[in-house]
Amino acid sequence: MITKRIIPCLDVRDGKVVKGVNFVGLKEVGDPVKLARTYYEQGADELVFLDITATHEHRDTMVHIVEQTAAQVFMPFTVGGGIRTTDDIRRILRAGADKVSLNSAAVRNPDLLQEGAGMFGDQCIVLAVDGRMRKDGSGWNVVISGGRIDTGIDAIEWIREGVRRGAGEILLTSMDADGTKKGFDLPFLKAVREAVSVPVIASGGCGALEHFYDVFAADAADAALAASLFHYNELTVGDVKEYLKEKGVPVRL
Amino acid sequence: MIGIIDYGMGNLRSVENALKELGAEALISDDEAVLADCEKIILPGVGAFGDCVANLRQKKLDRFVIRCIEEGKPLLGICVGMQMLFEESEEKGVHQGLGFFTGRIVRFDTDLPVPQIGWNELILKEHPLRNRLRKNPYVYYVHSYHAAEYQEEDLIGWSYYGDVKVPSLFVKGHVMAAQFHPEKSGEEGLKILKYFLEDFV
Repeated sequence: MITKRIIPCLDVRDGKVVKGVNFVGLKEVGDPVKLARTYYEQGADELVFLDITATHEHRDTMVHIVEQTAAQVFMPFTVGGGIRTTDDIRRILRAGADKVSLNSAAVRNPDLLQEGAGMFGDQCIVLAVDGRMRKDGSGWNVVISGGRIDTGIDAIEWIREGVRRGAGEILLTSMDADGTKKGFDLPFLKAVREAVSVPVIASGGCGALEHFYDVFAADAADAALAASLFHYNELTVGDVKEYLKEKGVPVRL
Repeated sequence: MIGIIDYGMGNLRSVENALKELGAEALISDDEAVLADCEKIILPGVGAFGDCVANLRQKKLDRFVIRCIEEGKPLLGICVGMQMLFEESEEKGVHQGLGFFTGRIVRFDTDLPVPQIGWNELILKEHPLRNRLRKNPYVYYVHSYHAAEYQEEDLIGWSYYGDVKVPSLFVKGHVMAAQFHPEKSGEEGLKILKYFLEDFV
């Protein structure tokens, strides 16, 4: 039976893992390659590196981190952030990453999705979407640039289009839930799940063991992503999986 | 020396890293002469079947693969590298494969998300490899298409994705082929590669 995936996310800035709330107030929490190794040993199913480095000079730092990680972590991992061209995609994949996630760059240049999928396969193109509920509650809009810009684009429509263009997986972050630790945004996730047939990774809002159970019990996602929870050792990946197994959710242990 | 065939498709670095972790010497090459000196060959592959086969043929490495098989050189196909060893695929039009294994590659017929992405239990028939692994070890899959109409005697391992039986480990003669990614399947995956390196002839 296919298992539900638990995915630690490492936000990397200038070669260090950082964490903040709602993308502000960042604190350094460690070395990305070491943390990747730790999560691998804890039984993480995948990893996501999100490069939030602001400057271009540090792009090579990320490639270097990918190379080192790939040499000692034998599980799949995704790299997102700062990937704007098919050359960027190629560089990251050649360094040893399995997938890239495209967020703002895909909104600005949707052709990047089918170009990337055409060259490297649908399976390595993850469409990352940050969404926030519209003021009138009628749905969700895509926000970019770390939540600062509301594009006015309907998130569900954008995700449908992204999959048509070749995205093989959706990484959905609810900006309403992110940083709140009150649980994943189940209505948003379910709306996405009904709209497309590719796997969906839930992100944003996870603050406790029950939240992992809630998202899988509602069949709102195929995988759940969390960052600060794991970085501060509030929980280990192993704790989450043991708990889910007891509750009857299929996990790899 | 293990030769990893480079025909411009796939995450070759991961396969090489896994082999190094196991202490094996490996090289990545698209040069037939260099690959021909290797004792064992790995045919990786990600992306679309048609593109993979076209690139392999364009580099004339399809003939090299066939020659390896004829000479009895141990070969491991991974993911689309496995699929290309079958007769044909229906991915984005019908494309001919190398036809070593009987069978064709078809799209998932399921209500579950496609591609299948994630860790699934590998169920093994009685086979020397089985004793090397945990019972029903988890392996990592990423695919939208799988083998069908294959010969039962070629199959040694499979998983279930919902109700669909996903045939995912084949052995015939000196050829081993996996739909999942052993190089991304943690310690159990490394053990499968180790079996290929040390015991599969």
